[in-house]
Amino acid sequence: MSTGTTKLDVVVSDVVPVNDLVTRFHFRRRDGELLPTFSGGAHVVVEMRDSDRTRLNPYSLMGSPLDTREYTISVRRDDVGRGGSLFMHRQVKPGLEMVISYPVNLFSLDLRAKKHLMLAGGIGITPFMAQTSQLAAAGGNFELHYTCRTASLGTYADVLQQRYGSRVKLYHDDREERIDLDRLLSSQPLGTHLYVCGPAGMINWVRDRAAALGWPSETVHFEHFAAPQPGAPFDVTLAVSGKTIRVGEQQSLLEAMEAAGVDPPYLCRGGVCGQCETNVISSDGKFIHNDHWLSEEDHRSGCKIMPCVSRFDGKSLVLER
Amino acid sequence: MAAKTIISRPIYGTLSPQPGRHHLFIADAEGALAITDMAGKAPSGFFDGAEIDFIPGPENRHLAALEALKPAQLHVAPSFASLLPRLKQTLTNAHMGLRLYLAGTEGLIGQAMQVALEAGMDHTSMQTEHRGSLARRMQCVHCKGITENVTTQPALCAHCGLLLLVRDHYSRRLAAFQGVCINAEDRSENPPMEEAFP
Amino acid sequence: MGITFRKETFRDDYTFRNSPEHIRRFPFPFNEDAYMYAVNIEPHVVGPKGSVLENLIDVDEHYVAEMQDRALVLAEDPLRCQSLPHMTLAGWDLLELLMEQQALGYPEHFTLERDGDRWRWINRPLGIDDTFTFGDTSTLPYGPMEYITRQSQGDFCILDQRDGNLWMDAGMVTTQADWSLDFDIGMNFFEWHAPVPLAHEKGIFTRALKFLTNIQQGKPARRLNWTMTINPRLDTSPENYHKWGPDRATVTPENVGEKVHLRVELQSFWRLPRSNAIVFPIRCYLIKMDELVTQPKWARRLHRVIRDLPEELATYKGLTRYRPTLVEWLSKLDDGSPTSPGFGPD
Ligand code: HEM
Ligand code: FES
Repeated sequence: MSTGTTKLDVVVSDVVPVNDLVTRFHFRRRDGELLPTFSGGAHVVVEMRDSDRTRLNPYSLMGSPLDTREYTISVRRDDVGRGGSLFMHRQVKPGLEMVISYPVNLFSLDLRAKKHLMLAGGIGITPFMAQTSQLAAAGGNFELHYTCRTASLGTYADVLQQRYGSRVKLYHDDREERIDLDRLLSSQPLGTHLYVCGPAGMINWVRDRAAALGWPSETVHFEHFAAPQPGAPFDVTLAVSGKTIRVGEQQSLLEAMEAAGVDPPYLCRGGVCGQCETNVISSDGKFIHNDHWLSEEDHRSGCKIMPCVSRFDGKSLVLER
Repeated sequence: MAAKTIISRPIYGTLSPQPGRHHLFIADAEGALAITDMAGKAPSGFFDGAEIDFIPGPENRHLAALEALKPAQLHVAPSFASLLPRLKQTLTNAHMGLRLYLAGTEGLIGQAMQVALEAGMDHTSMQTEHRGSLARRMQCVHCKGITENVTTQPALCAHCGLLLLVRDHYSRRLAAFQGVCINAEDRSENPPMEEAFP
Repeated sequence: MGITFRKETFRDDYTFRNSPEHIRRFPFPFNEDAYMYAVNIEPHVVGPKGSVLENLIDVDEHYVAEMQDRALVLAEDPLRCQSLPHMTLAGWDLLELLMEQQALGYPEHFTLERDGDRWRWINRPLGIDDTFTFGDTSTLPYGPMEYITRQSQGDFCILDQRDGNLWMDAGMVTTQADWSLDFDIGMNFFEWHAPVPLAHEKGIFTRALKFLTNIQQGKPARRLNWTMTINPRLDTSPENYHKWGPDRATVTPENVGEKVHLRVELQSFWRLPRSNAIVFPIRCYLIKMDELVTQPKWARRLHRVIRDLPEELATYKGLTRYRPTLVEWLSKLDDGSPTSPGFGPD
C-alpha cells in the first residue's frame, strides 16, 4: 500500500511472550521522538521483510493512547495462516529495525454513547485494551465481556480484572461458562453502543442476536480489517512516451510512471479526484480497480484506469501516457 | 416554492414493524391511521409490547381504532407539551431494543425525534410516516425564535416580525425548517404571502 | 523580525487593506478562464516561501484584527461557537494541532512548552501567557476548542466520523459565507451541503466524502472555494443577513473597485489523533477589486469567470444584483489576450 498512510521508522524495543500462543511486541521510534497519538481501536500495518517478499499485516495498538513513548501489539501465532504471525514470532527480536504505518482507526468508539458494552473473543481483546484505557482515563462508562478458551489462554485477563474489577466479566470455554447474550443485550440502557471483536463466528452471532433484539445497526460496531495487501508486480507499456515499465509490489502504477520520468497529473493520489484518469489502449488480463472515481460501467469497459490506486493482473497492458 | 427539494429536507417513509420486543408509538391526529395500516403487517402479539402515545387534536377522531389494537398501554395527551414529561421519563428508563415509531404532522415527528435523539437514539433507527397537515415549524435564523404551524410562503416571524423565506433546509436538532429574511437586500420588496403548506 | 500586524476593522469604517506583499501572495482561486464545481482536493503540503502555503496553518498581517472581530461577534452571539458534549476530546486534539503548527511556523510570535500534560502557551501578538493541564478543561478559561480558535485565523468545523459519514458536531464559525453553524450543527455531510446547487447531481459530494473519510493522520488535504462580499466584512452570516444584505444594492460603477471583494477560502482537512474526528479549517482571504486588478492576468481572468459563471452558481453565491455592474467594470481591464495557465500572477 504505497498510497494512504505515512510510514514510521521504528525499532523493536521488547519482545514478551504472554502465553503459549501470544507474544507482545514493543516499538519505539528510531529517532527517539514520541510516536503519533492515536485513538482506542486504531491499528498499524506492520511491514515484514521476509527475504524477497514483503507482507503487510494490520495489528491493533493495545497500549494506552495516553502513552506514546512506545506502541505495543500482541500477535497470536497462527500455524496455518499466510505466515505473517509466524514471521513475527520467529524472526522479530529486540533491536530489529522495522517499518510500520501511521495508526488508522476503523473501529473507533462512538463517543456519544451513554454506555460502551464490549464483547471480546480470544485475541480480539487487543483493541479493547486501548479503548478501556482511553475510557477509564476520561471517566467513561464501559463493561467488558471476554470469552477465552482456558484461563491460561485468557490473554491479559488478569491485567484487565486488576485494572477494572467487576467491569470485566470472564467466560472460560473449558469450564463451560457461556455468556447469556440475550439477557445481556436486553438489559442495557438506551444509548448503549455495542462493540465486538473476535472470531468471525462470534461477530456474526452477536450481530444477529443484537439485530433480532431490536438493536439498530448504528449501535453495533465490529472490527473488520481491510487488510492492505501488496499487489503483484505487473508490466505496462506507455505508448506515448514509448516506455515499458514494471510496477513493483510496493509501488502504485502512478509511482512507477513517475519513477520512469513520465508525470501524469494527480491531486489526491487516493482515487477520488479524477486527475490521473488514464486511457487504456489495449489490454489482455484483469483490472484491479480500487478507485472511487470511475463509474461501474467504466470499470467494466476496461477503457480507463486510475493509476494512483488501481492495478492490473494479466499478459499485457498498454496505456495512453 | 421550488418544486425540487433538497437533501436536508426530511424524507418520511411508511411505518413497518421492526425486530425487538418493545415498541413505542407517538402519533397525532391522522397519524393514528399510519399505525392501524401498519398493524396489518405486524406479527401476532406485536402490540403486547407496545405503548401508543396519541394526541387526537381538535377533531378527536381515531381513538377507537387504536384501542382496537390492544396495545399494552394507550396514553392520550391533549398536546405535545403535555406529553413531553412522560415521554422523557419513558426514554430515560428504556432499554436497548426499544423501537420508536413516529406518525402524523411534521411538527410532531420532528419534536418527538428531537427528544429521542437527546436520549441517545439514532434518527436512522426511527420509523416515521407523515400524515395530515404540511404546516411547518420554522426557526428564524435571525432572532432564533420558533414559529409553529407556518402555512404560507413567505411567512412572518412571530417573534421579530421579519418577513421570512421558508427554506427546505431542515435541522433535526432544532426540529425546524430555516426561515431567512426574504427582502434583506431591499426592504421595499414585498412579495405576496401565499398558502404553500396546507 | 516577524509579521507587522495591521490595525484595521472588518465592520463600520472598514479599514481592512492588504499590503503589496499580501496582494501578491493572495490565493487566487482560478487556474483557468472558467469555473465550475469539481472535486478539487489535493494533499496539503507546504508550498513556496512567501505564499499562503508557506506554513500549513497560515498566520498573516490581519491576525490581530481578525481575532478582535471574532471576539466582537461572539459577544453579540455566543451561538457561533458550539460543541456537542461528545466533542470535547476532539477540541483538545484541535488545540494541540493549532498550538503546534502556529509555534512551528511563527516561533517569534508563538511558543509552546510541554512537560508531560503541563503545557505553557505564549501568544505574543495577543499578549497571552497561560499554563494549563492538557486534558483538564477546568484549567482553561474556555473549552479547548473555543480557547484556541479565539487565537487562530479562520473558521473551524470539527466533524465526527460515524457510519461512513461525517457529522458537524462542533465548530467556531464567525467568518462564514452565509451559512449557520447553529442551524447546521448535528447534520451530516450531505445534509449541510444540501443548499449547494448542481454539485450533488454531479456526484461531487459522494466522491469527496469517500476521500475525506479516508484521510489519514499526518496526511492533511486541502481545497479552495470562493465567493464575493461587498465591503471587507468577515461576518457574512445568515444571522446578520438583514444587516449586510442591503450592501449588495449599493454597488455602482464608481465604487466597484473599493467595495467588491473576492473572498477565497483555503479549506483543509486533518485527521485528529485522539478522537478520530476530522477538523476542517476554513481560512478566509479577502481582496478588493482595486487590489486584485493590480495583477493584469487576474483581472482578465476574473472578468471571464464572472461573466460566464452558470446562473445557478451566481444566484447561490448572491452575485445576481451586482454582477452586471462588476462584469462591465472588469471588461475594461480585459483586452482579450490569452492568460497563462496556473493560479499565480504573470
Ligand atoms: C468536511 C468538510 C466540509 C465542511 C464542514 C463543509 C461545509 C460547507 C458548508 C457549511 C457549506 C455552505 C452550505 C450552505 O449554503 O448552507 C459548503 C458549501 C460548499 N461545499 Fe463544503 N464542506 C466540506 C467539504 C467540502 C468538500 C470536500 C467539497 C468538494 C470537493 C465541498 C464543496 C462545497 C461546495 C462546492 C460548496 C458551495 C460553495 C459555493 O459555491 O460558494 N465541501 N460547504
Ligand atoms: S490522483 Fe486523484 S484519482 Fe488519481
